[in-house]
Amino acid sequence: MVRKSLRQHLLSTIITACSIALAGGLLMAVWVVKEQSQRAFTGVNAGFDAVLGARGSKLQLVLNTIFHLEESPGNIRPEDYDLIRSNAAVKVAIPIALGDNYLGYRIVGTTTNLFSEVEFETGRRFDMAAGRVFDPGLREAVVGSFVAGRLGLRPGDTFQPYHGLLFNPEDQHEERYVVVGVMKPSNTPVDRVIWIPLQGVQLMAGHDPKAAGDLSGVLLKFKDTSPLTARQLDLMYNKQGNRLTFAWPIAQIVSQLFNKIAWVDRVLALVAYLVAVVATGSILVSIYNSMKERRRDIAILRALGARRRTIFSAIVLEAVAIAAIGMVLAFAVHVTILTAVAVVVRSQTGVVLDPWAPNAVMLWAPLGMIALAALAGLVPAWKAYRTPVAENLAPVS
Amino acid sequence: MALLELRDLRKTYTTPDGGVVTVVDVPSFDLDAKRQVALSGASGSGKTTLLHLIAGILAPDAGTVRLDGVDLAGLGEAGRDRIRATKVGYIFQTFNLLQGYTCVENVLLGMSFGPGPDRAWAESLLHRVGLGDRLRHYPRQLSTGQQQRVAVARALANRPKLVLADEPTGNLDHRSSRESLKLIREACREFEAALLLVSHDREVLGEFEHREDLLTLNRASHAREVGA
Repeated sequence: MVRKSLRQHLLSTIITACSIALAGGLLMAVWVVKEQSQRAFTGVNAGFDAVLGARGSKLQLVLNTIFHLEESPGNIRPEDYDLIRSNAAVKVAIPIALGDNYLGYRIVGTTTNLFSEVEFETGRRFDMAAGRVFDPGLREAVVGSFVAGRLGLRPGDTFQPYHGLLFNPEDQHEERYVVVGVMKPSNTPVDRVIWIPLQGVQLMAGHDPKAAGDLSGVLLKFKDTSPLTARQLDLMYNKQGNRLTFAWPIAQIVSQLFNKIAWVDRVLALVAYLVAVVATGSILVSIYNSMKERRRDIAILRALGARRRTIFSAIVLEAVAIAAIGMVLAFAVHVTILTAVAVVVRSQTGVVLDPWAPNAVMLWAPLGMIALAALAGLVPAWKAYRTPVAENLAPVS
Repeated sequence: MALLELRDLRKTYTTPDGGVVTVVDVPSFDLDAKRQVALSGASGSGKTTLLHLIAGILAPDAGTVRLDGVDLAGLGEAGRDRIRATKVGYIFQTFNLLQGYTCVENVLLGMSFGPGPDRAWAESLLHRVGLGDRLRHYPRQLSTGQQQRVAVARALANRPKLVLADEPTGNLDHRSSRESLKLIREACREFEAALLLVSHDREVLGEFEHREDLLTLNRASHAREVGA
């Protein structure tokens, strides 16, 4: 009966189901993007516990050195690197220097122990998919997997860096680098970077020779994961010192970013909830408006022995069926939105969002939408319930 | 015991200006099982209301409608629905087929609220009324006479003990009317259902051995007739 009715009112069924699909897809996408991006950003530290950089914002320092976003807050001296590297608590200290790009992708100078000593996940190092790690004494480069994919760089290719973090065709350096390695994907911001020897950036023609030994920051991994060591360094650099910034813990600092933009989440969620309410309202309106033309059919069904509650249930079930069809389509909308967002997020930050990853919202959003639809269906169902049979059959003689 | 017993059956309506009009006032009427009776009555004589009361579509204001030993007046609406779904077949003047359903689906619908759908039985009924080659046709694809035959098949779908037919030939031409009446009577005999048919067509009424005049049976229509 419900299937027949849906087919008889096919156009309104399709339109209403599509509006539910849009609302449900939007709701799920907003929720999943928020959760996945928050988890990904606070979880992605590329294998480091802390960052040492110039005095300034911790968030800016982390975004600049870990996520390769934002401007550098300034440089630190080589002595600062030597000091922190020799600290007994530090297991790995990776210096980085930046200031150049190739076609918009950042070129970062570093040491080879980034590839040999850092585990970005337990047991996983930044390995090469092709080629080898650069020779620190040569103009060689290792390309992150995302950059290699985008620019089509392979071992043996050469390129000339451009000055600055933003691509300007007129600011090309004369030095020519040879790609010697392409990294395996790590799904971290490292994939979006072209890595060259530290001195390559420091001594690039056109850079200030007085700052040749300066670094943009030092990425740190501690021997001991207890917070005591980090607290001591925090006290030393942030409270007692006034020249450097010790950014720790990275996840907590990144979460500040999400706290700052939390209102965007709330606005998007509010919009999604409103769309959901409007969409369920459209179920109510579409079924309710069709009640006039259905009165005769309802009366016939009642004359054949259908109980009032059968008719009532059929109308509620019809609303539920429209919502269910809509929510099946909503998954397609959700995957489409998330795929598009994931492409943008990956290209901008290197962080990977998974459009197919399961999330609790994929259970509660459809159930919630179906429950709302059932509620919306109660109004026309009540009208159907009260349809007088005799009056709506053949004219009384 | 009669299959259908009406005693002091009364139904009134309130008019828009607040007046009360008695439409049905039947002191007594019996219909035996398997018997076929025609009720004659002009337009406005309350015959449709009477059939609605017998079918349990309407509840009487007073009196009893006893069908197969069960007093419908003593049942709630759900109970009357149940009786209608299991013991009564109804053939309407305007057929009242559901336009979005095929012939066989319309017949299946006649069983849905009673014994449950039985496709083989529905198809055999449509074969019986001569529509074996129209099972999947929609009502709009059928002639008026064919639609009437679907309505007959639907009325017999739940193997009712009583078939009510309200001016079943009213919308048919003369030839179709004769054929349809013959089919209804034969089918009721074949499936051992009593038939209560109301019509104002003298030719139709003349086909029945047992006839009742609503003018006599229903004191309300008699009163209106006298009043007029």
